[in-house]
Amino acid sequence: MNKTFLVIGAVAVGLFLFGLSNANGDLGSFGITIMSGLFQAMLLFLVASGLSIVFGLMDVLNFAQGSFFMIGAYVAYAVHHSPQLIAAIPNADIRFIIALLSAVFVGGVLGVFFERALLRPLYARPIFQIVMTFGVALVIGELIKVVWTPTPYSWTAMFTARSGFFTLFEQQFSTYRLFVIGAGFLLIIGIGLLLQRTRIGIIIRAGVEDSQMVEALGINVRAVFTLVFTLGCAVAALGGAVAAPFLGASTGLANQFLLSAIAIVVLGGLGSYGGTAIASILVGVSVAVIQDWSASPGVNAPVWASLTPMILLVLILLIRPSGLFGKEN
Amino acid sequence: MADNILEVNTINTFIGQFHILEGVSVTVPKGSITVLLGRNGAGKTTTLKSIMGITPPRTGTILFDGKSVVGKRPYTIAKLGIGYVPEHRAIFKALSVRENLEIAERNKGELERKVDFIFELFPDLKRLYALPGGKLSGGQQQMLAIARALVPDNRLLLIDEPSEGLAPVIIEQLMHAIRVLADKTTVLLVEQNFRMASKLADRYVVIEEGCSVHTGDMSNLVTDAALIQRYLGVA
Ligand SMILES: Nc1ncnc2c1ncn2[C@@H]1O[C@H](COP(=O)(O)OP(=O)(O)OP(=O)(O)O)[C@@H](O)[C@H]1O
Ligand SMILES: [Mg+2]
Repeated sequence: MNKTFLVIGAVAVGLFLFGLSNANGDLGSFGITIMSGLFQAMLLFLVASGLSIVFGLMDVLNFAQGSFFMIGAYVAYAVHHSPQLIAAIPNADIRFIIALLSAVFVGGVLGVFFERALLRPLYARPIFQIVMTFGVALVIGELIKVVWTPTPYSWTAMFTARSGFFTLFEQQFSTYRLFVIGAGFLLIIGIGLLLQRTRIGIIIRAGVEDSQMVEALGINVRAVFTLVFTLGCAVAALGGAVAAPFLGASTGLANQFLLSAIAIVVLGGLGSYGGTAIASILVGVSVAVIQDWSASPGVNAPVWASLTPMILLVLILLIRPSGLFGKEN
Repeated sequence: MADNILEVNTINTFIGQFHILEGVSVTVPKGSITVLLGRNGAGKTTTLKSIMGITPPRTGTILFDGKSVVGKRPYTIAKLGIGYVPEHRAIFKALSVRENLEIAERNKGELERKVDFIFELFPDLKRLYALPGGKLSGGQQQMLAIARALVPDNRLLLIDEPSEGLAPVIIEQLMHAIRVLADKTTVLLVEQNFRMASKLADRYVVIEEGCSVHTGDMSNLVTDAALIQRYLGVA
């Protein structure tokens, strides 16, 4: 355990020093980097948390988790920019809230269908389940191209938080990013409390250890599977919706977030919720710091930013082979 | 009929393509302790799992309190009033002792009603209440596994090799507890430790290579050294 916190501390201090020196000691631009890193971290957490809990409880590695993020982005984009809705509800803030709720709703409905109709028949055949989630990811990708064309969309209809800024250290910070980071931390704590303090949380933690034993106690474990899977899909879709005002909606989102989320789940330690949360933050901030550095004129090699999650994963696994909070062996 | 809480009749159970149980019959009279005897790999655990619906039998019948349970999901079978204490003390290691007991509640407030009785039976658990299950010793984990099955009002307890790997003092404590339980409920026990089995059980069923081959009153078995030697390899 101590070694784990030592590793986390070392990575954090390293990022801090590297980021600060890269910003030439300018707190303002360093602050912007950290903020964009934490923003990224929250988006990653929204994908990785579902991936991690579903994998722990159901032994299903859902390759479509990133696709639900992408669906969320497209749905939020489409709802927020729909001419009919703009005419009916001119207030962009209310429209954005409707866009978020729509994304969560679509993610949840598709999630229930996915688990009930496609995964449930395959619980006796884990390999086929993985193939199934892979297939679902491909199908979602193709359907999105049919419905929305492969051309990426960038967010144009602004709303108050998205266009708002505040000034600190002579730099302009986005209100929206701050808002997402704050809400993200609340969600991390909220899900953590749910897992620790509620009956359903106890059932989920027990199910991660031995779902068959949970069922033998008289608990309908399949119903819990459906609930958890659905929530995982809905939360991933929420992530996409929250990301869309900055990242827009594009077909590349699914893989980009899926791969980072898989790295995070392994890095945090399989089956550890806290590990997933901390790993999300480490990866998000690392990517932002490296992105800054790799885009600087002297370096100019943006590829390093996209490699960062995997590099961090490899480095940490060398020190902690089962991830930060994973069980030994 | 109504005197038997459980009637397992010539069940055949497959795991994958392996034919594990090839005709097991077990009758458990209400209020008794019945023990399943048999060598390693005979099919004792699979018999309990078949009753619970974890490895459902392909043919044969299982009546719990006169009603068929074959084909029902394990959680439905458990809710009829069966408590399962699996082998190797399958408690939840990451959960506290308290949470291990709470999760077994089928109705709110059950643990509160039972907790004094549980602490009386297993005083250690009171002191360990807030600790994670994984921090408990083997004997304490076994006590927790049994206690967990006592939280709801179960009418039948299936207990799989409670003495496995435990010290004699702990085994004595567990035997005492099981005897107390048998006053209120019915127990179907799997036990390789013949001394323990013979002291506790009223009835026995011997399972050999997936078949139930012999059954009777324990009082008759203990005096029959030849039979013991033949089926169990102990004297
Ligand atoms: N999942 C499985 N796949 C294949 N064979 C299995 C499986 N589980 C059990 N078996 C086989 O079924 C037979 C009966 O196993 P079971 O666990 O019921 O025996 P047991 O009487 O409880 O033995 P023990 O005293 O060792 O606990 C054994 O030969 C075992 O190898
Ligand atoms: Mg066994």
